[in-house]
Amino acid sequence: MDSPAIAAPAADSPAAAGTLWRQLGGTLRRHPTAIAGGVVLLLMVLVAIFAPWLGTTDPLSVAPVRRLRPPSAQHWFGTDMLGRDVYSRVMYGARVSVTVGLAVALVGTVTGLAIGLVTGFVRWLDAIVMRVMDGLMSIPSVLLAIALISLTKASLGNVIFAIAIAEVPRVVRLVRSLVLTLREQPYVEAAIASGTRLPRILVRHILPNTMAPVLVQATYICASAMITEAILSFIGAGTPPDIPSWGNIMAESRSLIQIAGTLLLFPGIFLSLTVLSVNLLGDGMRDALDPRLARRL
Amino acid sequence: MLRYALRRLAATIPVMGVVALFVFSLLYLSPGDPAAVIAGDIATEEDIARIRASLGLDQPYFVRFGTWLWALLQGDLGTSIFTGLPVSTLIGQRVEPTLALTLCTLIVAIALAVPLGVLAAARAGGWIDRGVMAVAVLGFSVPVFVLAYALVLLFAVQLEWLPVQGYSSITKGFGPFISHMILPSVALGITYMALIARITRASMLDVLAQDYVRTAHAKGLAPGAVLTGHALKNAAIPIVTIIGIGIALLIGGVVVTETVFAIPGIGRLTVDAILRRDYPIIQGVTLLFSAIYVLVNLLVDLSYSLFDPRIRY
Amino acid sequence: MGLLSVVGRSPGSRAMSLSLVGATCLLVAGSALAQPKTLKFVPEADLRSLDPIWTTAYITRNHGYMVYDVLFAIDEKFQVQPQMVDKHELSADKLTYTFTLRDGLKFHDGQPVKAADCIASIQRWAKRDVFGQKLADMTDSWTAVNDKTFRLKLKAPFPYVLDALAKPSSNVPFIMPERIAKTDAFTAITEAVGSGPFRFVKEEWVPGNKVVYVKNGDYVPRKEPPSWGAGGKVAKVDRVEWIYIPDAATAAAALNAGEVDWWQQMPPDLIPLLAKNKDVKIENTDPLGSIGLLRFNHLQVPFNNQKLRQAVLLVVDQNDYAIAIAGDPKNGKPCASFFTCGTPLANTVGSEVLTGKRDYEKAKALVKESGYKGEKVIVLDATDQPIVHAQALLTGEMLRKIGINAELAASDWGTLITRRSSKEPVDKGGWSIFHTWFVGPDIVNPALNSPLRGAGEKSWFGWPTDPKLEELRDAWFNAPTAADQKKIAEEMQKRAWETVPFIPTAQFIIPTAYRTSLSGIIRSPVTFLWNVEKK
Repeated sequence: MDSPAIAAPAADSPAAAGTLWRQLGGTLRRHPTAIAGGVVLLLMVLVAIFAPWLGTTDPLSVAPVRRLRPPSAQHWFGTDMLGRDVYSRVMYGARVSVTVGLAVALVGTVTGLAIGLVTGFVRWLDAIVMRVMDGLMSIPSVLLAIALISLTKASLGNVIFAIAIAEVPRVVRLVRSLVLTLREQPYVEAAIASGTRLPRILVRHILPNTMAPVLVQATYICASAMITEAILSFIGAGTPPDIPSWGNIMAESRSLIQIAGTLLLFPGIFLSLTVLSVNLLGDGMRDALDPRLARRL
Repeated sequence: MLRYALRRLAATIPVMGVVALFVFSLLYLSPGDPAAVIAGDIATEEDIARIRASLGLDQPYFVRFGTWLWALLQGDLGTSIFTGLPVSTLIGQRVEPTLALTLCTLIVAIALAVPLGVLAAARAGGWIDRGVMAVAVLGFSVPVFVLAYALVLLFAVQLEWLPVQGYSSITKGFGPFISHMILPSVALGITYMALIARITRASMLDVLAQDYVRTAHAKGLAPGAVLTGHALKNAAIPIVTIIGIGIALLIGGVVVTETVFAIPGIGRLTVDAILRRDYPIIQGVTLLFSAIYVLVNLLVDLSYSLFDPRIRY
Repeated sequence: MGLLSVVGRSPGSRAMSLSLVGATCLLVAGSALAQPKTLKFVPEADLRSLDPIWTTAYITRNHGYMVYDVLFAIDEKFQVQPQMVDKHELSADKLTYTFTLRDGLKFHDGQPVKAADCIASIQRWAKRDVFGQKLADMTDSWTAVNDKTFRLKLKAPFPYVLDALAKPSSNVPFIMPERIAKTDAFTAITEAVGSGPFRFVKEEWVPGNKVVYVKNGDYVPRKEPPSWGAGGKVAKVDRVEWIYIPDAATAAAALNAGEVDWWQQMPPDLIPLLAKNKDVKIENTDPLGSIGLLRFNHLQVPFNNQKLRQAVLLVVDQNDYAIAIAGDPKNGKPCASFFTCGTPLANTVGSEVLTGKRDYEKAKALVKESGYKGEKVIVLDATDQPIVHAQALLTGEMLRKIGINAELAASDWGTLITRRSSKEPVDKGGWSIFHTWFVGPDIVNPALNSPLRGAGEKSWFGWPTDPKLEELRDAWFNAPTAADQKKIAEEMQKRAWETVPFIPTAQFIIPTAYRTSLSGIIRSPVTFLWNVEKK
């Protein structure tokens, strides 16, 4: 999105940050869906962390003789085509899916922020970097991710890297347009005139005022990354299957949808629920941090 | 405006250059070896080496890049390593289904999403608004292939109203074409619809709060006419922008949809080529996609002047 | 309007226009009766390369059987039968074969099949194929006596000439026109001109989606009934379309709905989806099935150590692998022989080591004895190949149970076969174990069984060194009688249990499913499309 959607921010950072959190808290309370979203996300993070203690067995243990059993007392979600316990795999799967989502959001926004901040200020870099970003954006992100994963090997780190690379250009664009607007603000001009060095300007004046929209963008990136991971697994270029993720559990079982639909149902529900809650959280944060943002996004 | 368009087109050359270099280098560094795949399971290493040599894959980086670039500038996209057919032929065979799928999805998505978004904005805060927004959020929280399978199971397998898979060219009849396109377009379109509906609503809300809208109401203009005549036109710019950005999203979803519905389109061609390391196809298709993306964005930007006469190039 | 108005309004024209209408009606009715029959077939893979000599891919071999013909073929009794050859003779000194072609054999471009075409095709095939190379080693010369007769002169008596020429699976010595067969064996041909029962329609080929064949009206089939690849190859449909559907659930639904007629290989798990449909039949038409195998890297630690390989042999449970691959005991069972069970050379000598009760304690002790120090073991896993993937997962688990530090390296098949050609240690991109599978005909005897060799670095991937095994293999080539051949096969198997060049994991059959409107499907290890009729 190209519209510079942030209003002229208040004074310097510390006080602004304080009002930020107060605003956030207040508006979040008025948006029950956002709170629900946040709670579910927290729940999933907890599931990811405490997976070994949630009544699970070894998610990798194969037992072909017990394959494709329906849900029962011993196997709450049934077993898959190699006899592995689906409940355990789904619980452990939270680790990968949530990690991918959060890691991509983190890596993507931090990288995008860094690049965007710098190019907003340094003219000659701007032209080159934006051409590269345009180039990256014009390659469909799924294909870019598949190509990158084929380049290296299938591993969690590479999947995160591949998905993040596709998201960086959009963050860069957002940050850059924000920086370009902020640069015109009187206090920034004053700071430059008074000889403040660039890094200090960036950190004290620009950065805090880019946080809000970037944070909102980060939640959408997180949600989209989890879905992209599922799609990549579906195509066969996602996380290696010995590490269960909601995406690759569904991908492995997809031909069995009419025979053992629970194999797709349970990870599908968990994935959709988590993505939904992150999206709702993002919506709530967006409403909270800038009402005008709400009407643009 | 023509000068602007030409200037923009010229500016795409460095972008495409970046893409070409990036993709080529990526593939060059990739660990897969099409020669090994071709040679088959029982082949020996000398076999593989000789096949590799006959395909020109053992040349150094710059030689290969140079050869490819030179051929490219002459309009030759190269030859598929596996099938020996020209890449342009392969792309030509597969463009039509993907184009058809993308257009149908666009039409379905826009035709449904924009009115829904407008409706939601007009009745902001009410049940319709909340309903539409809830469905919209759900729409992009579910992966495309789950939606696709659900639709196939319900409409094709259970109810038997529509075919399960395949593509029927429009030249072979409009009826079969549509019946084969419905499920894939809807599956692919739901995510897109969700996005467009949200933006439409947000943009409309922005515009509806403006003074001139109040004036139009005060003048006695019917609410419907206000919505479409004044508000929508002015709200159009962000909507058109998101449509442009969404095209890139679409292509990702196209790959999945083509796999589930066995549609012989470019999405699947590319994924197969990537997994097999059929380099010429990958290179050719990536350039094609980039060109399309750049073109679409140019069209979107040019269309701004249609919706907002103040924007002049 | 149109035609009738052109015909005019003069008195005689009414009669003429009426008869024109009448004629058109007859034509339409006639063509409705003579509707071309199209067989819609879902193949096991996507046809990418047209050259069955350049690649060993089974799908290209199947394509080859559609458009090309062969000199000899194996029938269901494992006997060599002539196909394109009318008469053949062996000289008294067993050094010269004379072959005479049948009458009326023509290529799709109208040219008759000549001796020179056959010779050129065999020579090209011999450059790539294992059996062909052996034949080439024994060959002194090929000569064309006239257009229909040619001679093979050997350096020494070689009893397997006909077996080599009748080889059923990759690479098959298909006969091509001389001008095409003169292409270098390491460069792919681009035309598919053969003399087989079907013609390839190149203009309609959409790689990744559709391959089209039409009946070859000029084909002269043999009079005998079809038996595997031998006998009369009568094309009973006018047109064949190979429709590639990558998604199994979609293919099942398409077959159920009648959008396709025949699904070559269906995942056994989906049988319940089709079983309820009265119009669909599910069968095992493949008498030999396929063999899964576990292959060690004999060049690197730790599996260069025989004791460690023997330890693994003690815990491989073929029942587990069979179920994991086939899902159902009907479709998968153990086969504890290094030759395909159900073929003449398969035997049970020494098989107790694989069929007896699995002994984890003994295995663990053997691991210790071997001096294994916990070195990392990489098991290659191709996640896009369900059979390879299932085996890899089982193996990883099993190795860990006996204290071997095993790790799966997941990738797609293309990357796997690239990585397995590396002879480096695992920390430099090498490997320790990979899995694959071969169709039954590919490992029926020592000539074809490439994993059962000991030629060190010249062997197939894994590179075991075992001079004794090579000795036995050479002896087999010179074995005078079938009984001797069997005895040598048993010796080889006995040796293999000791040195463990690889471990066979299971024998499985992939069922085929087709609509009841089809009949005449030939029961054989390779899927042939002649003789199939559609109602």
